[in-house]
Amino acid sequence: MTPDKLLFAKTHEWVAVAPDAAGVKIATIGVSAFALEALTDLVHIELPKVGRTVKAGEPFGEIESVKAVSDLYSPVSGEVVAIHDALIDRLETLGSDPYGEGWMVKVRITSDTELKALLDYPTYQKQCAEENH
Amino acid sequence: MRNTRATLPLFEMSHPGRRAALLPVCDVPEVPLDELLPPESVAAEPPHLPELAEPDVVRHFTNLSTLNMSVDTHFYPLGSCTMKYNPKRNERVAAWPGMAELHPYQPDDTVQGMLELLYRLQQMLAEIAGLEAVSLQPAAGAQGEMTALMVAAAYFRDAGQRRTKVLAPDSAHGTNPASAAVAGFQAVTVKSTPQGFVDLSDLRAHLDDQTAVFMITNPNTLGMYDRQIRAIADAVHSAGGLLYLDGANMNAILGISRPGDFGADMMHFNPHKTFSGPHGGGGPGAGPIAVTGRLAAYLPTPLVEHDSGSYRLTFDRPKSIGRVRTFFGQVGVLVRAYCYLRTYGPDGLRRVSENAVLNANYLLSRVKHILPVPQGDRCMHEFVASAAKLKSERGVSAMEIAKRLLDYGFHAPTVYFPTTVREALMIEPTETESKETLDAFAEALFRITEEPAEALRQAPMTTPISRPDEVRAARSPRLSWPDT
Amino acid sequence: MLAAIGAASIDDLFAMIPADCRLDRPLSLPPALTEIELTAHLAELARRNISASQRVCFLGGGSYDHFIPAAVDALASRGEFYTSYTPYQAEASQGNLQVFFEYQSLITRLTGMDVSNASLYDGGSAAAEAVMMSTAATGRRRVVTAASVHPEYRQILTTYLRDLDVELVTVPTPEGTIDAAALAAAVDEHTACVLVQHPNFFGCLEDAKQLGAIAHSAGALFAVSVDPMSLGLLARPDSYGADIVVAEGQSLGNPMAYGGPYLGIIACREAFVRRLPGRIAGETVDRRDQRCWVLTLQTREQHIRREKATSNICTNQGLFALRATIYLALMGPRGMRELGELCLRKAHYAAEKLTAGRRLTRTFDRPVFKEFVVRDRAKGVESLLHDAGEAGFFAGVPLGRWYPELEDCFLVAVTEKRTRAEIDRLATALAAGNLAEPATSHA
Repeated sequence: MTPDKLLFAKTHEWVAVAPDAAGVKIATIGVSAFALEALTDLVHIELPKVGRTVKAGEPFGEIESVKAVSDLYSPVSGEVVAIHDALIDRLETLGSDPYGEGWMVKVRITSDTELKALLDYPTYQKQCAEENH
Repeated sequence: MRNTRATLPLFEMSHPGRRAALLPVCDVPEVPLDELLPPESVAAEPPHLPELAEPDVVRHFTNLSTLNMSVDTHFYPLGSCTMKYNPKRNERVAAWPGMAELHPYQPDDTVQGMLELLYRLQQMLAEIAGLEAVSLQPAAGAQGEMTALMVAAAYFRDAGQRRTKVLAPDSAHGTNPASAAVAGFQAVTVKSTPQGFVDLSDLRAHLDDQTAVFMITNPNTLGMYDRQIRAIADAVHSAGGLLYLDGANMNAILGISRPGDFGADMMHFNPHKTFSGPHGGGGPGAGPIAVTGRLAAYLPTPLVEHDSGSYRLTFDRPKSIGRVRTFFGQVGVLVRAYCYLRTYGPDGLRRVSENAVLNANYLLSRVKHILPVPQGDRCMHEFVASAAKLKSERGVSAMEIAKRLLDYGFHAPTVYFPTTVREALMIEPTETESKETLDAFAEALFRITEEPAEALRQAPMTTPISRPDEVRAARSPRLSWPDT
Repeated sequence: MLAAIGAASIDDLFAMIPADCRLDRPLSLPPALTEIELTAHLAELARRNISASQRVCFLGGGSYDHFIPAAVDALASRGEFYTSYTPYQAEASQGNLQVFFEYQSLITRLTGMDVSNASLYDGGSAAAEAVMMSTAATGRRRVVTAASVHPEYRQILTTYLRDLDVELVTVPTPEGTIDAAALAAAVDEHTACVLVQHPNFFGCLEDAKQLGAIAHSAGALFAVSVDPMSLGLLARPDSYGADIVVAEGQSLGNPMAYGGPYLGIIACREAFVRRLPGRIAGETVDRRDQRCWVLTLQTREQHIRREKATSNICTNQGLFALRATIYLALMGPRGMRELGELCLRKAHYAAEKLTAGRRLTRTFDRPVFKEFVVRDRAKGVESLLHDAGEAGFFAGVPLGRWYPELEDCFLVAVTEKRTRAEIDRLATALAAGNLAEPATSHA
């Protein structure tokens, strides 16, 4: 996946929405390369249980480096249908393929309206450039 | 000379059949175990502990001790930890059988000397705090904070008020918000000014009828006395809240400024810091708390009381929050604190703070020419230098300076705290260091800042190990020796 | 120095303290003492204490007169250990860090748990931390414990849980141990954990396996407070399903010191490692690939996670963890086994001797480890213990303070230090105290 096809939250999570086999909209969520770089030396990730309901703007998990913890905020509301368990033992994947194998959770969403509040890639890049100052 | 064989992990030194401690032959009838215990309650085999001879054990731990820096061996200017000299006299006294071999459930009439000591310590701490009542029970500063917040909760409950929030500045030690959470409060952060003082308008904006307590460290973590302290206390009190003083920095103001006099309703002491501990490689400490009269009834149980010539523990205190720790408290630490206070007396104690502040200001006057000290030219007992300029100009971080100081034979200052100062080095020399030591430290710091950045990235070079891989330790934790 | 600072006087350095915040008089404290005077003063205070080296100590209830080998004191009194601090700079703290790693390793082997932290304050607050771990891990708000758990531990739980919206249920134990049916009735789907003590406060062995099964059948965690001195002999907590083990570590080479400082032991199964409170040391390598140790998993802790930390605890009890490590290294597997057997046999011998007359009887008919409860049928516990004191014994801990129904009972502890002769003399002293008054009974 290339980032220009994705939507971004101001809190640095990305979303890709695609229908599953039954036509239900599934949001795949991860964290941007920009944010991952800032975190450096990741040591642990805490993901929710499948079946949990998440809300847009609220934490769904945590990512830890040696001496910092960051909340992971869900950009969408819905039910968690899959988590990327394998990441826990292969955190380096986050660095090498943040927008592909670095996905964290899949959420079944019921409405598109929350997606409208998210940023496209160029806008998100602008935000990152500002944060760097 | 280092003996690396002796510091192999105990498990690698183990040899089947070796042992150190021998126990007496059983002098009561050797009834078979299965007549005394249900068979399923007995272990099939002893635990897999290492098997060692006493000389091996002694050599192991003696050599391990030499891998530590300590106050007895090095200057240890770890900011906010008050690493002062720990008088040997206190160690000897605390180890006497008449102090150390007392069971906590002995009848009061068999521990009158101990109870008198503890009673007098309660009184001395109350006097130093400028507050009415003291509980010696909390086991550490963090537990003291938590206990005082529980006292506040009980007080407000008794007064029919439901107050849910505890406020603390963003520069506060992490235990403040953590203690608030453990005591059942919502922790709320108040901003500080760039000088590290409380942002009074932000505090006022947060104060309301839900505010139970505002926790403040004064002198603060930059080693600055907050001149607004009375205004802060007035604001907190007029909102119906209580002011808590984190006593981490009491070493600056003993006999000079008393928390109760500047408006604090509760506080904790850190006897392992202020009253010469010692720190014990991370503990034990103690966290006695002092409170104003209206909160006294809620203090933990028991307290020591004195009447008609004898001392006793009082348990009948219906409004008390109960207990936070078993038995009386960290008595061994309290005995040392008592010895310390008796050694110095009123004038000596004031001189402790004067000399702590003199030493810190002197070191500041030297360091400021080497690294910027954003807070200005004056401090109380400690100050915070910043390596931010060095970092942006030459890529040398506070951490690299800290590591290199180890090579020069100095323990590092506290680094990256408080987080409100970039590339912070928090330096607290204490009163027990000589001018020569402070000069040598400043000289080392100067030489380090002149060293090439690439070299500093290799520091430390002379310590028993080079920099450890902390990422590896946290990613795949290995927290004990595998039992194979 | 003042000149370098640019200050006119010491007072000048305190200019940032407003005048109305200053103390305008000397502190009202006793005058300074020289080392000679201080030592004499403390000697005078110490003389007014009667220590366990002057009276034979049969007191227990969480603090015990076990033997402390000389090597423990000698090594722990090295300044490099006791005047150092928390190992923030790993390169300058390898001694402490390796000790903490060894301590954690020894505790996991004693308890059969997967991980241990580097210690907490004491056994009581360790029990409270275990309970808070279990409410966080399960998301449940009910804790079930029993009257046979140390009453002070339960008081600590009450205090800790008071404002945390967690319900604390205490199962009564009139027979001295937990009744399985009573426990099962108290445990439900809202129960975060079942906390028991084994051997319990009365010295009795609980049916730990059955209690653990009851906890687990409701999806609750099983937290057990143990006596580390029993673990050379008694089955390890993993064998009966413990999820979290806590203990008072005072007995492992630490003096009674009128109640502290002590050593809080906490260990758990791997699944809960990120919920453990306090410092943890871990093994890693340095840049030269040399084995070394660091503080690790620090994101659990208050200095990083602040109000969301697993606990507010900051440091551990480093020096006492060191003492426990030295103690266990000296004792070894056979030492701990023999120690357990000695305590067991001497306690049973003492129980038999003390209750051989008409006045004292065993309160609970249950297997015990090193402590047991006796009832004074003459209902004169206070004077009996006082008379035993005059005869040179700390004979036992009266239980009425915590258990009104046990007003006529006291708890006797027997460590490996007690000899048959001491036990016989105690039995004589307790018997002598009551000869004048024949046993009475309201039954």
